[in-house]
Amino acid sequence: MSIIDLKGLLVPLGALKQIAKEPHTIKYPDQTKEISERYRGFHYNDLDLCIGCGNCSTICMNEAIDMVEVEGIEGKPGDSGLRPRIDYGRCCYCALCVDVCPSGSLSMTADFIKVSEDAFDFLMIPGKDNPDGKNKITFDASTDTSLNLFERVPMRELPPEERVQSFAEVFLGYTEEEARIEASRCITCGLCTENCPVHMHIPEYINAISRGDDEEAIRIIYDNNDLPEMCGKVCTRRCEDVCALQVRGEAVAIRWLKRYATERAENADMIRRIVNPEIREPNGIKVGIIGAGPAGLTAGYYLALKGYDITIYEAKSEPGGMIMYGIPKYRLPYDSIQKQVDYMKSIGVKIHFNTKVGKDISFDEIYNKHDAVFMGVGLQKGYTLGIEGEDAEGVWAAVDFLGLVNEGKRPDMGKRVVVVGGGDVSMDSSRVSRRLGAEVVQLYRRRIVDMPADDEEIEGALEEGVQIIEKAIPTRVIKDEKGRVKGMEYVRAELVPPEGGGRPRPVPIKGSETVIECDSIIAAIGQKADFGLLPEKVQNSLTFERGKIKVDDERRTGYPKLWAGGDAVKYGRVDAISAIADGFYAAESIDAYFMQVKA
Amino acid sequence: MIMKTTSERNKQTTLFIGPQHPGITGNMMVKLLVEGDTVVRAETHIGYLHRAFEKLIEQRNWLQSFTLLCRFCVPEPDPMELTYARAVEAIEGREVPPRAKYIRTIVAELARIQSFLLWYGGQAGSAGLYTLGQWTVGDRNYILDLFEDLTGARIYHMYIWPGGVRRDLPKGWADKTRRVLDYLEKRLDDYNRLLFDNAVFQKRAQGVGIIPKDKALEWGVTGPPLKGTGIGNDVRKDEPYCAYGELDFDIPVYEGGDVWARALVRRDEIKQSIRIIRQALDKMPGGSYYNRIPNPMKWRLPAGEAWVKTESVRGEIGFYVVSDGTEKPRRVHLRGAAYTHGISVLEKILPGQNIADVSFILNSLGACPPEMER
Repeated sequence: MSIIDLKGLLVPLGALKQIAKEPHTIKYPDQTKEISERYRGFHYNDLDLCIGCGNCSTICMNEAIDMVEVEGIEGKPGDSGLRPRIDYGRCCYCALCVDVCPSGSLSMTADFIKVSEDAFDFLMIPGKDNPDGKNKITFDASTDTSLNLFERVPMRELPPEERVQSFAEVFLGYTEEEARIEASRCITCGLCTENCPVHMHIPEYINAISRGDDEEAIRIIYDNNDLPEMCGKVCTRRCEDVCALQVRGEAVAIRWLKRYATERAENADMIRRIVNPEIREPNGIKVGIIGAGPAGLTAGYYLALKGYDITIYEAKSEPGGMIMYGIPKYRLPYDSIQKQVDYMKSIGVKIHFNTKVGKDISFDEIYNKHDAVFMGVGLQKGYTLGIEGEDAEGVWAAVDFLGLVNEGKRPDMGKRVVVVGGGDVSMDSSRVSRRLGAEVVQLYRRRIVDMPADDEEIEGALEEGVQIIEKAIPTRVIKDEKGRVKGMEYVRAELVPPEGGGRPRPVPIKGSETVIECDSIIAAIGQKADFGLLPEKVQNSLTFERGKIKVDDERRTGYPKLWAGGDAVKYGRVDAISAIADGFYAAESIDAYFMQVKA
Repeated sequence: MIMKTTSERNKQTTLFIGPQHPGITGNMMVKLLVEGDTVVRAETHIGYLHRAFEKLIEQRNWLQSFTLLCRFCVPEPDPMELTYARAVEAIEGREVPPRAKYIRTIVAELARIQSFLLWYGGQAGSAGLYTLGQWTVGDRNYILDLFEDLTGARIYHMYIWPGGVRRDLPKGWADKTRRVLDYLEKRLDDYNRLLFDNAVFQKRAQGVGIIPKDKALEWGVTGPPLKGTGIGNDVRKDEPYCAYGELDFDIPVYEGGDVWARALVRRDEIKQSIRIIRQALDKMPGGSYYNRIPNPMKWRLPAGEAWVKTESVRGEIGFYVVSDGTEKPRRVHLRGAAYTHGISVLEKILPGQNIADVSFILNSLGACPPEMER
């Protein structure tokens, strides 16, 4: 180093002036660090909002998140009852778990200091172990920043003005591209499976669709549902009610995806080729089934696969029961049912049509001819309104009306039809009446939002020009001199919350009577079963509850070797998928029964 | 393997620098054959840090790997995220909104500045000048504060990902960034007084660790070491990505190829980065910051491959990514500048140097072991 390089030696000494400056650092613990508004510290989980879907656990590649039971939290439909527990020895604070949380319950907080000698203290259940974290949330995911896709691929449909012209199918189905996109939204949590009466393998077949393997999807679907195309079009889709994405957005269109997949199989032969089911050797055991509705067909199909000799007795000339005669063709076309039934026939299910039990053949004969009997007779009789003048010509029970139309008849409903009720059947009645060219007024005793009907049906009816009068109770049918319907009188109601809590009760407002002129009235206020086919001794040994047969978990009745399912039993809900579940589990039970007998 | 002849054995001895040594730039080791104070031969030994990142990424889906990418190299997590994200976008053909491109540019340049501030500490420290390191690492925290505000984390941001960036700029962040840049710009003079005006550094750095200009490209030198040999190659200029094509900046070039020239390049790079960020903040487009990817658990990329490179802090880094049409990459390969600089270049330029200059030269090359062991 040369001595004359004085500058190079002196200049660095300028650093000394920094001595007088305030330091940058904070003086912990007197001063604490100011935490950013987006800081990713320890997690916080809103335990009430969390649905235990486990998506956080799935995305975490450090395997820092386990789903565990938490005291005080019970599983329920749409909630697994589990909550994430985080191992902070593994967590890398990447917050992917936050960004994929469909409910938005998981977030991160400003806390990042924890001192403990016990390693297990670092296994924390966010929300339970740090309830104060709620006020310190710094990093969360809104529906905009979340990695979940909350918007459903819209279903293409006919415009309302075109719909009312014919019975053409309203929904047009997903294209391949649409189905792939919609299927990719699924987070595979399986909450849907739990809420499906027959516990279909929903995430699995949606995965197959998103992978582009439609045939695999069909195979998975047929594992426990033999009428999937029907379900794909008209299922009440309780699965979508509990979809993890519906907490903050739109549920995955599970029904439409099932429809997409099953429609890839264009005919019975194709279904047979794709599903290629394993059919066991005939075991010689004969099972008789009463009613070719969803329950009966399902029991028949799954028993036939297990090698049983199946004969179905059906009163009508076509298979399907309510799905054939109750559901209008614009929702479920004839060919679609026929295709699925043809496939079942190819497996070996025999169906005797036009054979009404109790008339063409006696129950005893069937019972004696077979080793076991499954009964799925459904609800064939409509409830009557129970008001003055109901016997007038032009007053219909919805089931009869829909049955007639589905048989291809076109009854003259006149210019204006009044439909009474708020369920899916009432919506079907209204929309069919519109297609028959009538003006439709629908009366419901509560509000539209209280209607048990599917929102999609209500929306469809309104689009098609059905006028719905809320909070209206019919009081009298007005007849003309020939005994024909001339009009209907109804009173307005107000909704009064009952003392014990629960659904508000409609109470008539005095003096609010109004009359609507009309040519026909359709009562769609529910149906009941007709057990006239059963001999007295059988009826006596069955237990009935509110006009329905009581069965156990395996769908056994109180009568030996008699199983029952579908709408006519008191188990689960009244819809097609519940009937399928009844048929499916009855088939398992019947098989288990004979396995035991053999052994 | 260093082979020694009998006569050599009498005069020469073997020294190990690292893997536990304050002068080493991470978990690696340089094995030296020395004669007196002079290095005769040098060998870089790695293997102390192998985490199989490339293989681990191949086990993860296209999004999950972003928690690993930033961990390749602690001082510069963002270029890794940026490069991999661009590779994924290239395979998928995914568009990135203009706003995201500008935000990415800012993040990449902030990453450059903070990394160079850390380098100041290492370079000065290995010459025995400890004060500067304390200043620059302190000042670096202002940038980490900016990252914390923007991304939620100080070091491992996981912020740039396919389709754009993870969150939009927070309110007031641009102004805060401008204030930090103004402050840093003033501080650069203080750093100069402590380092470049310092006779100790001048004497230690000038003429030491020379990369010959005619060999630089042949050896695969990139980044500041290349610009220090007088060759102004820079991916940001040569193949502009993000918003670089729309911004005005210069590539600092110095002749000499020694530690001194490389240090000057880095000093000037900070100034250029400040210039780039200011422009990007001024020109920041509106609109979306993120072209939303599908559900990450079911996100399949079309089959294909991509080679994408960016100008990272140390030089050119590139990702070679192959997709076979599934949720996970078939193959991921990282080419980092540190691999060349820390192994082949280092081994070539150390012979003839003083032992005391080994870590000094190593720091000037910017060797980062995790980038060598992927």
